Amino acid sequence: MKLRTKLLAGAIGATVVGAMAVAYAADIKEVQMLHWWTSGGEAAALNVLKQDLAKEGYAWKDVPVAGGGGEGAMTALKAMVAAGNPPTASQILGYFAVDYAEAGKLGDITSLAQKEDWAKVIPTALQKFTTTNGKWDAVPVNIHSVNWVWINKAVMDKIGGTEPKTFDEFIALLDKAKAAGVIPLALGGQPWQEATMFDSVVMSTGGPDFYKKAFVDLDESALKSDTMKKAFDNLAKLRAYTDPNYAGRDWNLATAMVIKGDALVQVMGDWAKGEFKAANKEAGKDFLCYRFPGTDGSVIYNTDMFAMFNVPADRKAAQLALADATMSISFQSAFNVVKGSVPARMDVPDTAFDMCGKKGIADVKAANADGKFVGSMAQNYAQPPSVAGAYHDVVTKFFHGEIKSSDAAVAELDKALMAAK
Amino acid sequence: MTTVAAPIATTARPRASLRERMQNFVPKLVLAPSFLLVLAFVYGFNLWTFFLSFTNSKGFASTTLVGLANYQKLWNWTFETDPPSSWYTALVNMGLFGGLYVIFCLFLGLTLAILLDQKIRGEGILRPIYLYPLALSFIVTGTAWKLFLDPGIGLEKAVHDWGWTSFKFDWVVNPRMMIYCVAIAGIWQTSGFVMAMFLAGLRGVDSEIIKAAQIDGASAYATYRRIIIPIMRPVFLSAIIILTHMAIKSYDLVLSVTGKNPGGAAELPSTFMYSYTFTRNQMAVGSTSAVIMLATIAAIMVPYLYSELREKGR
Repeated sequence: MKLRTKLLAGAIGATVVGAMAVAYAADIKEVQMLHWWTSGGEAAALNVLKQDLAKEGYAWKDVPVAGGGGEGAMTALKAMVAAGNPPTASQILGYFAVDYAEAGKLGDITSLAQKEDWAKVIPTALQKFTTTNGKWDAVPVNIHSVNWVWINKAVMDKIGGTEPKTFDEFIALLDKAKAAGVIPLALGGQPWQEATMFDSVVMSTGGPDFYKKAFVDLDESALKSDTMKKAFDNLAKLRAYTDPNYAGRDWNLATAMVIKGDALVQVMGDWAKGEFKAANKEAGKDFLCYRFPGTDGSVIYNTDMFAMFNVPADRKAAQLALADATMSISFQSAFNVVKGSVPARMDVPDTAFDMCGKKGIADVKAANADGKFVGSMAQNYAQPPSVAGAYHDVVTKFFHGEIKSSDAAVAELDKALMAAK
Repeated sequence: MTTVAAPIATTARPRASLRERMQNFVPKLVLAPSFLLVLAFVYGFNLWTFFLSFTNSKGFASTTLVGLANYQKLWNWTFETDPPSSWYTALVNMGLFGGLYVIFCLFLGLTLAILLDQKIRGEGILRPIYLYPLALSFIVTGTAWKLFLDPGIGLEKAVHDWGWTSFKFDWVVNPRMMIYCVAIAGIWQTSGFVMAMFLAGLRGVDSEIIKAAQIDGASAYATYRRIIIPIMRPVFLSAIIILTHMAIKSYDLVLSVTGKNPGGAAELPSTFMYSYTFTRNQMAVGSTSAVIMLATIAAIMVPYLYSELREKGR
């Protein structure tokens, strides 16, 4: 009996493997796409692209992996690429794109990029991730930025607050909320969230030039400077305004606290806007979006990209069609209206966007022109994952009191980042 | 497989020697694919990981050797206590979590099994109730316990609502106490399973021996303490092996209970290994930690197995 079951299982296994092999060889009018946009709004946003490609006669095949941050997807992608069977394209973040490019795993879409003149319309700093030695190998889908604060307007009106323009005004506003008996700051105490908030704090404390020097150039004198120490002190100030149960909370639950009016403000990237939208809240009427106090004019970005893998010649046409469709003005507008981010092309009209989207689009243009458009350290856009991981460690240990003083934090930051470099 | 084949072989008639040989051969043939698969995908990759730990692999596997540099790194981290390095935290947590998990699961499992073994009514209902938590995946257990222990919505709030307002139980949001919550959730999930193992062991004890003890006037406590528990030694062996490996490979439980490691305080060697290998692009360091984990397990389990199995053989 056991023997027969085993043989049967073997036979079924062989058939499945065979069928898969056939399926791979057959169709070249097909786009294989690895992504983790599987939740409601995100899936709907991606559907726009599927339909655009269907019009051109390209079938869409998902290689979906569930899970918000894409950790599982990155592992799956690594396995596919290592096995020599990459998808046509994959959603990818930050330095992971650079890793694949440096390992020679990405394709070449330079001809299309030059024809469409992407170099002019995509922010300059962002092109670091979409090109390698002048060769285009990825397309950006959107631009998120992390230096936002999201405020419940009803609570804001109740406490009589106004837009804080500096860090000190921000603290004064939080004090007002505390006095009124609302939780001032909704925070999810997870390393990436604390580090993402610290990005904004550093920008606010030291300004864009300091941010670049410390995080993009990893300049030790900046990392060990008094400005960095002050940034840690400012971060410690914010800790006093959270509720006691913040440790380990997911970011969307923190957003829900602001939506419900339990808390005044959340410091979070603009993906938080998706939560407000899902709760049928309107920008300007129900909630307010400001740049993190003291960072107006600067944009700390992260971006979702599609990395174009080095596929066989018969799958190349589908890849170019995908890249072209992704970069079309209509898709960039439609997708980002739903997703809450802003288009990666700076020439997309902002008519379809809400108040926050319009501000986001204008900010990206201005920051790109002024050289104030910088990658997020916490989100892997300023440094490779090893360094960003060390950054998370130091920030979260400081925030939860494992590192006791800002002096120790500065020393530890310098040591950890240099060791991980 | 071989134990199944053996009696058939002995009952076969002598003239069917070809058939007999086939019967000896088939089990080996059937086992061969799984044996080869295990050889390649378990031991082969063990060796591959061992090799990677001597390289400078980052995002992808590399074959450039760097000697013992990665081991040196982890060795240094082992003694970095202020602020605690992630590796140090992982080791301390492993000791706390693993120790509590194994000891409490054994203790609770044995106690429940002995209580259930008193020929009580309704055993058929009680037994599956204790056993069912094991049917949940660790991530479900972890999330449920995280919500249950959350001071804002769970136990603490409920007790406050009942009127005991000075009650405080905030371990799950206190990075220093989090690992104990992970242990609580793990013990809740697994002790029923350990109970089932012990219960099976108790049922296997020869009732003649127990009767003899009763005739000799031994108390129930002494019977268990001196006779039954020593007889169940092999069950302890199985339970300890299963619990130890579950504790060491535990990954989803710690992530779901603690919410992605706030303060870096909920690190375990398994989470350390995964994050360094796959998300921080330091595959060589991740591999090194995996090798150290394997070596540590071997250092504990091999002598234990050796002593237990040798005694059994005698």
